[in-house]
Amino acid sequence: MSILGTRVVRTEDPRLLTVGGTYVDDLRVPELAQAARVTFVRSPLAHALITGIDVSAAREAPGVVAVLTVADIDDLPPPPPPPEEGAEPPPGSEAAPLPLGGHWAEPLLAVDRVRFVGEPVAMVLTDETYQGEDAAELVSVDYEPLPAVADFDSGLAGHSLLFPAAGSNVALTIGAAADDAAFDACDVVVERTIINQRLAPVPMEGRATAALWADGKLTVWVSTQNAQISRFILAGAFGLDPAAIRVVAPDVGGAFGAKIGADRDALLVAWAARHTGRAVRWAETRSENLVGMTHGRAQRQHLKIGGTRDGRILAYRNVVLQDTGAYPRMSGFLPFLTGLMASGPYDIPTVQTAYQVLVTNTTPISAYRGAGRPEATAAVERAVDLFATEIGMDPAQVRRINLVPPDKFPYSSGGGAVYDTGEYVAALDKVLAGAGYDELRAEQARRRARGDTLQLGIGLGSYVEITAADAAGGETARVVVHDNGSATVYTGSSAHGQGHHTAWAMLLHDELGIPMDDITVVHGDTDLIPFGTGTYASRSLQLGGTAVRNAAIDVKEQAKGVAAAMLEASEADLELNTERGVWQVRGDPASSRTWAEVAAHAGPQGLAADANFTEGQPSFPFGTHLAVVEVDTETGKVRLIRHVTVDDAGPVVSPLLAEGQRHGGIAQGAAQALLEEVVYDADGNPVTGTLVDYAIITAAELPSFELLASETPTKANPLGVKGIGEAGTIGATPAVQNAVIDAVSHLGVRHIDMPATPARVWAAINEASATGEGQ
Amino acid sequence: MKVTMTVNGSQVDAEVPDRTLLVHFLRDQAGLSATNVGCDTSSCGACTVLLDGRSVKSCTLLAAQADGRSVVTLEGLANGDGELHPVQRAFRAEHGLQCGFCTPGMVMATVSLLEENPAPTEEEVRTALEGNLCRCTGYHNIVRAVLAAAGERQAS
Amino acid sequence: MIPAPFTYRRAWSVDEAVDLVARDGEDAKFLAGGHSLLPLMKLRLAVPQTLVDIGRLAELSYIRDEGDHIAVGAATTHGELAGSGLLARELPLLSRAAGQVGDPQVRHCGTIGGSLAHADPAADLPAVVLTLDATLVARGPSGSREIAAADFFRGLFETALEPGELLTEIRVHKPAAAGWAFQKFNKRAIDWAIVGVAVQGNRVSLVNMGQTPVRAAGVEAALTGGASARDAAAHAAEGTSASDDLNATRAYREHLARVLVRRAVEAAQA
Repeated sequence: MSILGTRVVRTEDPRLLTVGGTYVDDLRVPELAQAARVTFVRSPLAHALITGIDVSAAREAPGVVAVLTVADIDDLPPPPPPPEEGAEPPPGSEAAPLPLGGHWAEPLLAVDRVRFVGEPVAMVLTDETYQGEDAAELVSVDYEPLPAVADFDSGLAGHSLLFPAAGSNVALTIGAAADDAAFDACDVVVERTIINQRLAPVPMEGRATAALWADGKLTVWVSTQNAQISRFILAGAFGLDPAAIRVVAPDVGGAFGAKIGADRDALLVAWAARHTGRAVRWAETRSENLVGMTHGRAQRQHLKIGGTRDGRILAYRNVVLQDTGAYPRMSGFLPFLTGLMASGPYDIPTVQTAYQVLVTNTTPISAYRGAGRPEATAAVERAVDLFATEIGMDPAQVRRINLVPPDKFPYSSGGGAVYDTGEYVAALDKVLAGAGYDELRAEQARRRARGDTLQLGIGLGSYVEITAADAAGGETARVVVHDNGSATVYTGSSAHGQGHHTAWAMLLHDELGIPMDDITVVHGDTDLIPFGTGTYASRSLQLGGTAVRNAAIDVKEQAKGVAAAMLEASEADLELNTERGVWQVRGDPASSRTWAEVAAHAGPQGLAADANFTEGQPSFPFGTHLAVVEVDTETGKVRLIRHVTVDDAGPVVSPLLAEGQRHGGIAQGAAQALLEEVVYDADGNPVTGTLVDYAIITAAELPSFELLASETPTKANPLGVKGIGEAGTIGATPAVQNAVIDAVSHLGVRHIDMPATPARVWAAINEASATGEGQ
Repeated sequence: MKVTMTVNGSQVDAEVPDRTLLVHFLRDQAGLSATNVGCDTSSCGACTVLLDGRSVKSCTLLAAQADGRSVVTLEGLANGDGELHPVQRAFRAEHGLQCGFCTPGMVMATVSLLEENPAPTEEEVRTALEGNLCRCTGYHNIVRAVLAAAGERQAS
Repeated sequence: MIPAPFTYRRAWSVDEAVDLVARDGEDAKFLAGGHSLLPLMKLRLAVPQTLVDIGRLAELSYIRDEGDHIAVGAATTHGELAGSGLLARELPLLSRAAGQVGDPQVRHCGTIGGSLAHADPAADLPAVVLTLDATLVARGPSGSREIAAADFFRGLFETALEPGELLTEIRVHKPAAAGWAFQKFNKRAIDWAIVGVAVQGNRVSLVNMGQTPVRAAGVEAALTGGASARDAAAHAAEGTSASDDLNATRAYREHLARVLVRRAVEAAQA
């Protein structure tokens, strides 16, 4: 019986539960014993010229090793020059997940201008941490404030430009002008502008980096999702051969897309180590993290949906204005993905997308759990509900009519994606049945008839999501079976909570029969694993897991040859008994040879194989979430009382790990719908600068979740698996938002922007009753 | 100033600046790095330890306030023979951790919660953990772990 | 994240604590549980030069039945208040409110004296002691004095305590009217109240409807005059000066006050 699909507790846990993980700030390696502590001096203003920096007082403070400003950065290759006037960027480059550069280039330390509160301006190195804050307070920076633009409209108006040479705050405009012909042909058209609000990723471990330059080699420990990519980033920034750099990702305390590669603060820490010749280390505070780590989402979406009175959607448009913060770190990548997945799981004949990327005096935006796709799904799910309300049809029925039917796969969507496999209607029906939809609607009707203060809302979030969007980048694995029968897996993936060590061990055990306890999985050290991609985009199981499997199969082939020689049999007569983990001549158990014996016979290096799975394609998990909320119509307070989901990512390798990913995703998705929002005032000052004000969801605001099973394989990889990491978030946000609006739709409310805080819900109820029907 | 406290059963003394926070005393002087700092406004609970048997946020206490008192961190939970505490066992069995950063604080908060309320309802568990943030698990399995540990405690 | 440097001193008696603070004047503060003060110091919003730790003073930690009133030591923790059988019987409003301050970890450390002396308008216990017409006992360099709760809260983080005065005891007469209720409205269970209501009999105080806790005088007058809960609650926002902030506008707070007062009074009368 295969171990795959069974409930296996994690191999990572004994250590984490007894002595705790070793995150960057926990490292007690000898190389860092004398490390100086880095404290950043950051801009308190959203937009200003820097007219002077005086570090003299700071330099005299107790324990100060060095105070560094941009004037000290004289030992790095110069940045590339801006493009010539009129030069066209290569086609498609605007959608690459790379900084736009050119006029929009981002420095390491601010040069003569700061563009967001939190931008690093100077670095203080001290012997001890406590001294750092004291000394940083003594760094005196002269600022000449400039007008700040901190919201969509003031950014667009452009009275204040972040990059005067660019002539605009609009960094990119992509997509054709809207053509209304398809909508004019519809019986029913609904149009609305909605907000997908700015969020902060808030991994429980903030950003942290330690670095040492010794004997011509740069060693960097960094809380990252991608050690190998970080190494290439460092090589480019320093003008070094990657071979002269070692990057280590120790335990990482969550990332959610905001720790991809190495960011400017990490590069600065590495630079400070090389510049001063001393080991250095840095771990940001939460206040720093809330302005210094990239934010997510921040789209304004102009939606238009049209169709027939009997529920068929014929046309859908989503024009996105992406606030990218002060520097376009991801070009147009995020709204590009929003456009790619714009039509969601629906078969819509005409789909129109376009986007603009806007800079504002706020923290730069980058990937955050779902990176562009939650935005697409939240938009189309709101549009479908608005359409359903307009035609007076049950939103579940509208979905059923328009979901891509099973016989249309592979399906080319109007957004430009090709969905591999799906059972969208079955997923919807399964959730409706599992939730008891009809009884929920009946209870809702009863409460409405009685005029109860506590009204019930039922919301749906049907979705399809793209995982391993960069499948062509592949993932690596090296499998070694040692002469004592144990095995080591070197994986290019980089788990930060996902449990890859357990899952890869399960895959290896399944192929080779080596006991789980005898399998070690290693990741995140470029000295040991020079090539790999790391973990984001929900790619690791399908690409990294397949690589492990392929390397295991290669080892098995080698082993068969060695065992055949040992047993003086032909390979065709040999079999691997995975139950016992031994090689034997078929039908002759007495002939068995253990993995230890075979590996020892193979030579002093044992058996080893490398795999790089790059033939993969993206895969498209899907599902439907159903949220049930109770809204106190007198106060606007919302309580999420049930959340039922189908999240189909193909065959489940580890039910434990898959459920955990779904749970965590649901919580973050519900949090966006109900609580979280990064708020700036008109001058670009953060209003939600601590965890008192940025409302992370707690256990007290959530119910236990009801997860239903569904497994529709893909042909994109030999395991048949899709990614599960972001599906929960993508489905949950619209389900909860739609539920809240549904709870008060009988009072005339048509839409409430997220987060649906009590104040917002109450305001919507008030406005609807003041203006009468609809709003 | 000189601060002395019992940490996980052993005495730790050190000469530290008066403003030293208990969490840094534990990490740097006692050399116990499981307890983590997750915020600067006493919001997240990652720094939770037991002080004289009760859960506290060690980032919001001076080491001086714990002088002469007894602290237990995650590292001190397993018994002398290395046998895991029921709460540690339950967190593993129920997959109540992913990245592990919130886990030491979450486990210590759970130990304290079960001392004060040995048979909590799900709602009581969720409310009792309101001061412990987790970004990975969605709390579903953490709640299951707490209830499982409570069940095991009741049975024994 | 780290407080600015300061000198720590530990007091072993109330008199010693008062002396130590008197020595260092304006720049010295008492440290009880530290869960109002230390968070401010970590953000460097407060930078006292000296902290005098009164956390070891057993003489300030008690809950006693003194016959016609209950006496609570100022250094009694919220957790101790919430778990007190005596309070649950005699002053359930206080024990219920204390049980909702912060989270369990905060309640193991934070004290009633610290919370009252800190006088955050969003805190719950100031409104509770106002409703209960408590008497606050303070000891300073020139001796002890009693301050009525109605006179104690002067402004934003401002009380009637003179520099160097330490709260030692909170005295509450056992209420004649048994009906009580406590309503705390927030976004998340862990959050400060957006608006809160503390009711004991016909006495009603509001949390976070001004710079100090406020007696809802209009509501109280209506109740005394025999008005229904609904009619009385219509007066809830009178005389208040609620702010606009991230979580609520003034208008929303005033609306919430009316709703919560109605619910609280209904619960108290039930």
